[in-house]
Amino acid sequence: MAHIPDGILSIPVLAGGAVVTAVSLGIALKRLDEDSLPRVAVVAALFFVASLINVSIGPTSVHLLLSGLMGLVLGWAAVPAVFVGLVLQAIFFGFGGVTTLGVNTMNIALPGILWAFLFSPVIADATPRRAAFVGAAVAALSVASTAVMVALVLTLSDTAYTISARIVLISYGPLLVGEAVITGFACAFLARVSPEMLWARHRRGGKIAVS
Amino acid sequence: MSGKASAEAIFAENRDVGPLAAIDPRARLAAALTFLALLAMLHSAPALAAALAASVAVAIYARLPLLPTLRRLMAVEGFLVFLLVTLPLTIPGPALFSLFGLPVSAEGLRRAIVILVRVNAGVLMAAALLSTMGTMRLAAAMNGIGIPASLAHLFQLTVRYIAVFYEEYARLRRAMRARGFRAGSNRHSWRSLGHLLGMLVLRSAERAERVAWAMRARGFTGRYPAFVQRPLERIDRRFLLVWPLLLVALAWLEFA
Repeated sequence: MAHIPDGILSIPVLAGGAVVTAVSLGIALKRLDEDSLPRVAVVAALFFVASLINVSIGPTSVHLLLSGLMGLVLGWAAVPAVFVGLVLQAIFFGFGGVTTLGVNTMNIALPGILWAFLFSPVIADATPRRAAFVGAAVAALSVASTAVMVALVLTLSDTAYTISARIVLISYGPLLVGEAVITGFACAFLARVSPEMLWARHRRGGKIAVS
Repeated sequence: MSGKASAEAIFAENRDVGPLAAIDPRARLAAALTFLALLAMLHSAPALAAALAASVAVAIYARLPLLPTLRRLMAVEGFLVFLLVTLPLTIPGPALFSLFGLPVSAEGLRRAIVILVRVNAGVLMAAALLSTMGTMRLAAAMNGIGIPASLAHLFQLTVRYIAVFYEEYARLRRAMRARGFRAGSNRHSWRSLGHLLGMLVLRSAERAERVAWAMRARGFTGRYPAFVQRPLERIDRRFLLVWPLLLVALAWLEFA
């Protein structure tokens, strides 16, 4: 539901999203050096594949967004990772749109980066148990922020979309639960097996994060 | 869409065979972007009808396969359902008829149809012009119309490794199935999938390290050789001449 297609949003909203995404892409790409370009590509590919995993939540099932985990593992590099994923989805599967790439990237990538950054001091040196709770919190907050941003973008485009925007907001419920649970378990696993993926000394973010 | 079908959709690299393949990918990408940007501004019935007609014409000319294209349109309709249902019921105006005791306004119905036409025209045009060219040509075209080379190269590399991780993921899932795992809605399933995800992150990080070193060993310094662009030929120039005529015609129908 985070993939808004072409033809729905108004021009100012599309332009605003494009500017925000262009600036954050610029920031992220400037921080990539010769070693991090291939690293980010490899991990971005992983996240694209992981978003195909289907998780059953009660009667429904959801595809994961993984924006929270991307923020934790990739830092700023989550912006190009999400952007590339959305280009592929829009052009080869028809999910989402081309003119909405800016808005969709902004809605998905920025909350994950922001919440991961805010929670990064808490996840440093965390026990697997605490890492699970922090990971779940980051994932839940990221999905909730994305839902609010999608609803906001719809409402700003046209006040007649208000009711649809509210329905969209509610439809994020199952995804929020699924993301929080799976990201929590994944973070517990990483904290036990390879904690340097989640945090590194003297910096925010993990070993391959671009911060 | 199932994972397997998705992976195949991305890696059908030699698909640039349709009648549009003769036109330079840069020209096609620029054409798609300008059309979609203009489409976002169209509201009037004649302009939207013309835009939809143009999309259908290009889609037929590109010989898009019928069934996958219909399936793609249906997938987009999923997002629209809420909008299409709520708009006629909530926008005030003279009622056309009533549905379950709720008045359906003419203005709301008009708005719903505008959105339906606009979205479908956009999906068809993007499918016809872009989905047929393959990812590597798309990366070169992106750079050719001014997108930074680093982003285009990142796109290219990512696509390359999606295939690798899809294999890896399928292998791990097969191993889980062999041990009797069936995904359901319970703590054990979520824990297993969470660990699977963590394992994939770990393996991707290890592979990322190896790839980075291997590229260093081959003299990679952060810059790739530039994308090779072929010079524009007659058919490209003809296409670049005709396309603005279409855009101007649509703009004239809308704003004149």
